Amino acid sequence: MRISFTLNGRRVEVDVPPGRRLLDLLREDLGLTGTKEGCGEGECGACTVLVNGRPRLSCLTAAIQVDGKEVLTIEGLRENGELHPLQRAFVEAAGVQCGFCTPGFIMAAYALLKENPDPTPQEVKDWLSGNLCRCTGYQQIVEAVLLAAKYMRDG
Amino acid sequence: MKKTGPVEIVKPKDLQEAIALVRKGGMPLAGGTDVFVRIRKGFWDPPFLVYIGELPELRGIEFREDGAEVGAAVTHAELLRSKLPQKLPIFRLVLEKLGAPAIREMGTIGGNVANASPAGDTLIPLYLLEARVNTVGPEGERSLPIEEFILGPGKTALKPGEIIRSFWIPFPGGEPEAYFHKVGRRRALYIAVLSLGALVWLDGEVIQDARLALGAVAPTVIRARGVEEELRGRRLVREDLEPLCDKLAATTRPITDVRGPDWYRREATGRLLLGLLRLRRDTA
Repeated sequence: MRISFTLNGRRVEVDVPPGRRLLDLLREDLGLTGTKEGCGEGECGACTVLVNGRPRLSCLTAAIQVDGKEVLTIEGLRENGELHPLQRAFVEAAGVQCGFCTPGFIMAAYALLKENPDPTPQEVKDWLSGNLCRCTGYQQIVEAVLLAAKYMRDG
Repeated sequence: MKKTGPVEIVKPKDLQEAIALVRKGGMPLAGGTDVFVRIRKGFWDPPFLVYIGELPELRGIEFREDGAEVGAAVTHAELLRSKLPQKLPIFRLVLEKLGAPAIREMGTIGGNVANASPAGDTLIPLYLLEARVNTVGPEGERSLPIEEFILGPGKTALKPGEIIRSFWIPFPGGEPEAYFHKVGRRRALYIAVLSLGALVWLDGEVIQDARLALGAVAPTVIRARGVEEELRGRRLVREDLEPLCDKLAATTRPITDVRGPDWYRREATGRLLLGLLRLRRDTA
């Protein structure tokens, strides 16, 4: 099946089985390995990407479900060679240890800050409840999101 | 057997084609949060899936004077962003506890109901509000009360080829207080060990009327009508509620599973009734 969608601002057209997981389409067919597979069943959030600006789990999304839509992955956040404020904040606040869950956290947080540019720590925790991290203990991740929110508000 | 290859999915061009494909044995696919997991784990092995998640006939929310018609393919996040939670606060309480943001963006109310899980979160408001399920199939449209639509764990009244088109959610009269408590092992992204949803009509501290729905303590979500009846005329105070705790516990028919033992579900259900005390305006 031929599907077309916008991937990180660029139009792509691919010939793909309609049931191919978006995760496999991104990682294996299109070479964007930033999006990670953790549990493969919607418990860990590592594979979170944005579809039409909203968070979705790419391991539970079929190619056919993004036909004609806009997909944003971690690779699409950098602008003009500069890290996105969220990426910068995760580095500065040590919200990254092994890094495997990080793209999922950053994409989920991106969706939060778009909706709510000045979240409370509790709102950050609630929003990120679908993302698991086995290294940081979460505190630094929450701090990173709050720091990024500040960077983005301050422009 | 774990399925690794991509599953076959067909995207019908309209509702009629969708019905024909489901009639041929295709399994409806909307958000995918349950279907893909179960196929991957080998629990389900449908010949092919029929993607109905974007059919216009199943989308959108229509508000009328006396209720709202909610399309089956409306996602939980869309419901939360709609005017529905303002009209019916029970939906906000329930949907904010359902899954996590990404799951809420994907999962649909129709999918949650079609799954007919005793722990299905959206079933609680639908039972409380006495919603109707509107189906469409090869023999036309039908409309069933939610309590007649859900038959048991994973079992619904859908006939071959039928799909859920929408839900009719009547607005209850007056301004009932809404209550929802979901017991689980984590604070977020969990399936209910048990849950209690309630609508309570108060006059001062006297209960005029009440509706109670229990989740995950019987083969389906259940209404505790006997206790509802006994609540009428009582005051919303501990002394008046406590005598009813055992009676509420006795309405359950729980099982033991990975999320908890039957005796816990029964006893905890009784105690949940006291949570209604939080609806007192002076203690809120």
